Amino acid sequence: MTVLLLLERFVVRYGRLTAVNDVSLEARAGEVTAVIGPNGAGKTSLVNAVMGLVPSGGRLLFPQWPEASRSIEARVRARISLVPETRDLFGPMTVLDNLKLGAFSARMEPRFDMRARLAGIFRLFPRLDERQNQQASTLSGGERQMLALGRALMLKPRFLMLDEPSLGLAPLIVAEMFRIIARLKNEGVSILLIEQNARAALRLADRAYVLEGGAIQLAGKAADVAADSRVIDAYLGMSAATPSNPDERQMGKVG
Amino acid sequence: MTADIAAILLQDGIANGAIYILLATVLVLVFTVTRVIFVPQGDLVAFTALTLAAFDAGTIPGTVWILLFGAAIALSLEMLEAVARRDRARCVRSIIQFGVVPVAVALLAVLLVPKDAPLLWKMAVTCALVTCISPVIYRIVFQPIASASPLVLLIAAIATHLGMNSIGLQVFGAEGVRTQGFSGPPLSFAGQLISQQVAGVVASSIVLVFVLYLFFHRSLRGRALLAAAYNRRGAEIVGISAAAAGRTAFIVAGLVGAVSGLLVGPMTTLYYDSGFILGLKGFVGAIVGGLAIYPLAAAGAVLVGAVESFASFWASAYRDIIVFMLIIPILFWRSVVNPHAEDGIE
Repeated sequence: MTVLLLLERFVVRYGRLTAVNDVSLEARAGEVTAVIGPNGAGKTSLVNAVMGLVPSGGRLLFPQWPEASRSIEARVRARISLVPETRDLFGPMTVLDNLKLGAFSARMEPRFDMRARLAGIFRLFPRLDERQNQQASTLSGGERQMLALGRALMLKPRFLMLDEPSLGLAPLIVAEMFRIIARLKNEGVSILLIEQNARAALRLADRAYVLEGGAIQLAGKAADVAADSRVIDAYLGMSAATPSNPDERQMGKVG
Repeated sequence: MTADIAAILLQDGIANGAIYILLATVLVLVFTVTRVIFVPQGDLVAFTALTLAAFDAGTIPGTVWILLFGAAIALSLEMLEAVARRDRARCVRSIIQFGVVPVAVALLAVLLVPKDAPLLWKMAVTCALVTCISPVIYRIVFQPIASASPLVLLIAAIATHLGMNSIGLQVFGAEGVRTQGFSGPPLSFAGQLISQQVAGVVASSIVLVFVLYLFFHRSLRGRALLAAAYNRRGAEIVGISAAAAGRTAFIVAGLVGAVSGLLVGPMTTLYYDSGFILGLKGFVGAIVGGLAIYPLAAAGAVLVGAVESFASFWASAYRDIIVFMLIIPILFWRSVVNPHAEDGIE
């Protein structure tokens, strides 16, 4: 199976603080690879470093696009896309402008069709269609997440990284978000999914990694990871019949 | 003071204000995209007038050497970085940007501008020279410290200004110049006689601000510049490089600076160091707009121009002081009306 992303002994440091330590990971074409773990485990640092937003050490390879690991623009040119945890929308601009800028680096490609791409996004998110001319900063949390995802999809990504797509959203919206991610997966988009919502992530993923304290604690097929007793205790607490530890149960629900 | 004199002063003030509008717009633009308060903008204006004057005198303007020397430094910086990253595409791009283009413009200036060339052609080549210098300044001074705090960037901008002053004295000399402008019989408008120079300045300024407006509101490239200003990280993840956005902002700054120089040259005598005061007046105009809002910055610039021309009638020796004192009531008014101005910029 084609490997799209390969990390070996991957390290992210902020000054003297080590956020990600000695992580090895691979993401394959056509699959959803999930990275789960509690708050502060280094998930966001990991994915930001993979995108090139923060410096990193160790081996970072995109075997299909060897140029891509050079710079963040090179990644975008290779159509690697990130939906960051902080969304990072262009607040004072309209929804339409935000989406158009998502295809900024593709605009010179032959047969580039902005209208067709926009239409595709509006089919996926009819809500954004209604709000086309509204300022991004006036959107609700769920709509912002849709816009961030829509902006990333404007690039027609070959590898899509989603950082906490469900963070801070109402349960109904979370469910919709995961439906959309499942739909993208069915359309063949390869996804690296960073999630605290372990239950939903593991249901969707093909492979999963558990990141704790900056290091990988567990890796394997998503089904196997979901069946691991430690994961059940710490992350899927609600489904296990052991409500003895309320802290961990809380983590399973929120985190 | 009679109504006639007031009308003439107002006319003068509007013409000056039109130039300050250009300076203020560029200051706001460069600040929003790069967070640099571009003090050397005024120097570009002065260099433009000095360059045009050199063409008129039939000599090779010092701007050519400034451009070639600066471009050589920028090119070597850029190549060092590109080679270190083994990025061939970037090598080619930087050779074109900082090698081929500046050399072509310099050759044009040296070989193809005879003393008796038409004024418009001289103006165009002058514009090209000055516009090319601006991205070179960005590459050498500001790009390496792009993520520094605004204070550090301001200090770097002031240092650049002082450096350009010295370079200006070296290559242009201490002599002041006054260039040719729009000439012809005055036009009559609403019972007022308006000189062609004033009409030309106001018209050019309006056209340029309109073009900038179109660029930022209609073209994706312009939207991308604003996007980089609104959210640097968001811009990076869609492939808008902060360095490219900064470079584009500086190219626009250079072009507008050159046009301002062409417009202001015939109205006042410019020396190698006249740029600072000009830039400062644009800055006062920009402050009125809170360094953020284009139409308000423009209104502020017209106000500065009007105050300046009335001040020079009543107390000519104090006119600059009076203009700069404007900033105190304006800042006071802004802090009362809009106490959270800083939040608006973030």
